Amino acid sequence: MTRDIICTACPMGCPVTVELGENNAVLSVRGNQCKRGEKYAVAECTNPMRSLTSTVKVKGGVNPLVPVRSAKPVPKHLMLECMKIINAAEVAAPAAIGTVVVENILGTGVDIITTGSCPAKE
Amino acid sequence: MLSYDLVVVGGGPAGMAAALKAKECGVESIVILERAETLGGILQQCIHTGFGLHYFKEELSGPEYAHRFIRLVEENGIDVKTDTMVLGISGDNIVTAVSHDEGITEITAKAIVLAMGCRERPRGALIIAGTRAAGVMTAGTAQKYVNLNGYMPGKKVVILGSGDIGLIMARRMTLEGAQVKMVCELMPYSSGLSRNIVQCLEDFDIPLKLSCTVVKTHGKERLEGVTIAKVDRNRKPIPGTEEFVECDTLLLSVGLIPENELSRAMGIELDSVTGGPVVDESRMTTHTGVFACGNVLHVHDLVDYVTLESQTAGEGAANYILGKRGEPAYAQTKGIDGIRYVVPQRINTHCDRNVKLYFRVGQTYKNAKVYVECNDEVLVSRTRPKLTPGEMEDILLKKEEIGELSAGAELIVRLEVQP
Ligand SMILES: Cc1cc2nc3c(=O)[nH]c(=O)nc-3n(C[C@H](O)[C@H](O)[C@H](O)COP(=O)(O)OP(=O)(O)OC[C@H]3O[C@@H](n4cnc5c(N)ncnc54)[C@H](O)[C@@H]3O)c2cc1C
Ligand code: SF4
Repeated sequence: MTRDIICTACPMGCPVTVELGENNAVLSVRGNQCKRGEKYAVAECTNPMRSLTSTVKVKGGVNPLVPVRSAKPVPKHLMLECMKIINAAEVAAPAAIGTVVVENILGTGVDIITTGSCPAKE
Repeated sequence: MLSYDLVVVGGGPAGMAAALKAKECGVESIVILERAETLGGILQQCIHTGFGLHYFKEELSGPEYAHRFIRLVEENGIDVKTDTMVLGISGDNIVTAVSHDEGITEITAKAIVLAMGCRERPRGALIIAGTRAAGVMTAGTAQKYVNLNGYMPGKKVVILGSGDIGLIMARRMTLEGAQVKMVCELMPYSSGLSRNIVQCLEDFDIPLKLSCTVVKTHGKERLEGVTIAKVDRNRKPIPGTEEFVECDTLLLSVGLIPENELSRAMGIELDSVTGGPVVDESRMTTHTGVFACGNVLHVHDLVDYVTLESQTAGEGAANYILGKRGEPAYAQTKGIDGIRYVVPQRINTHCDRNVKLYFRVGQTYKNAKVYVECNDEVLVSRTRPKLTPGEMEDILLKKEEIGELSAGAELIVRLEVQP
């Protein structure tokens, strides 16, 4: 099987073709113009990861929401599952930027942290 | 009347960077006037990551990028007035502002930095037939509802325009449980980053319809659907290709316009292509002592470049305030053959520094050579593997080359496509 992907490791956006064998084993990578492209294509076909950003409800804050992100990328196929947990989470104001909202989400080893300030209502 | 050496209009990344740089250059009395409740500008609603890769060498979300500068503004003791909207600036640099707490105030300034950012092109600027049903809004407005206020604007969404803001909102609405049916793009290509096409559309199987537009909206109170159609090479809808798509929300991401009402009212000369003021290499406008930077000057795709440009403007304003600026002798810049615009539009030939010329192209080019010429003599040339309309480019002019120019000279920036 082959997969055509666009390398997004830099703005060149090279079209890359990856040949895959059994169990998604990478047999060859073509079309990339540099090493980084090869690395990207292999990761994209074997274990794609994504940064996830969203918002979380705030209790007792000036603003109703605080923005959050995954401290590190999470597996792509878990994004929507992660969203369910993030949507159920709540943070109490005040909370400093970088506060952990969900620890080790879905056992990925990645925390969900706040990326904005979250002042308390007076 | 209040009086400051420097008044900065707008507290987004542009205004903050300009104020901080002016302070670093020795200006003591600075105030930032911001109409919103907090500093940070549009960054506060851009919760996705992709900010700061150039400037901080790490990937931050919009609020995190803003936060770093807000902290610096606080630490440097720069005065900030939020909830304060600037209404006008007089010819002799008196700024009139209004705020809830202080009413109308007038502030005199030795120099002014304009950093009002830009706004989205609204529906009225497009011509789409149909009713005025609820559910049609700009992508940035939807972004504000979802990310700041916690409201979902709808459940079934069509997005018109595949620039980065449209793409980012396609993902955001999907993550929050909406069904994004498609993104329609008038042009045969998307102006968004390929990374966003992959991570915002392909990851969620959202179709991107190129050479396609919305020709009609349906629904009385609430939007019930849109009619889309393919367009020909002249971007005219092709009869017979119409298709009805059921949706309750139409997001428009069809371009940004620099917010220059204040500049225009002051009589500052505007560039008809950028929509922003004509500036020199220090980002001074045609009105002495008034500078401009960030999206009010020309639309930037990366905030990192906004920061760099605004530092230039802040330093320029400081030099003006501290009397370090001599009489200028200007050369003009001009983009031709595929170069849509060049900023700065003029360069002081006495400036004694290297100057980066920023430009945008009108279409995608591969292996193109960029030339800067004066009187048919090539000053610099650079080969670029790829140039796209969505990405701002730059080319450096050395101070020695600038020093050789005479006042009134015309610097031509042009493209040559390699075979
Ligand atoms: C929706 C969206 C998504 C983006 N995504 C990315 C991205 O992924 N990565 C990236 O690097 N860049 C991104 N950008 C670009 C980047 O955010 C902008 O280039 C940058 O924020 C521009 O900064 P600015 O200070 O010029 O304008 P703004 O951030 O718009 O700030 C202007 C400020 O001026 C204030 N103001 C305006 N008029 C007045 C007045 N009369 N009186 C007082 N205050 C006034 C406004 O309230 C505002 O706070 C995005 C931009 C948008 C719009
Ligand atoms: S293959 Fe290399 S040059 Fe091509 S897009 Fe990927 S990183 Fe850039």
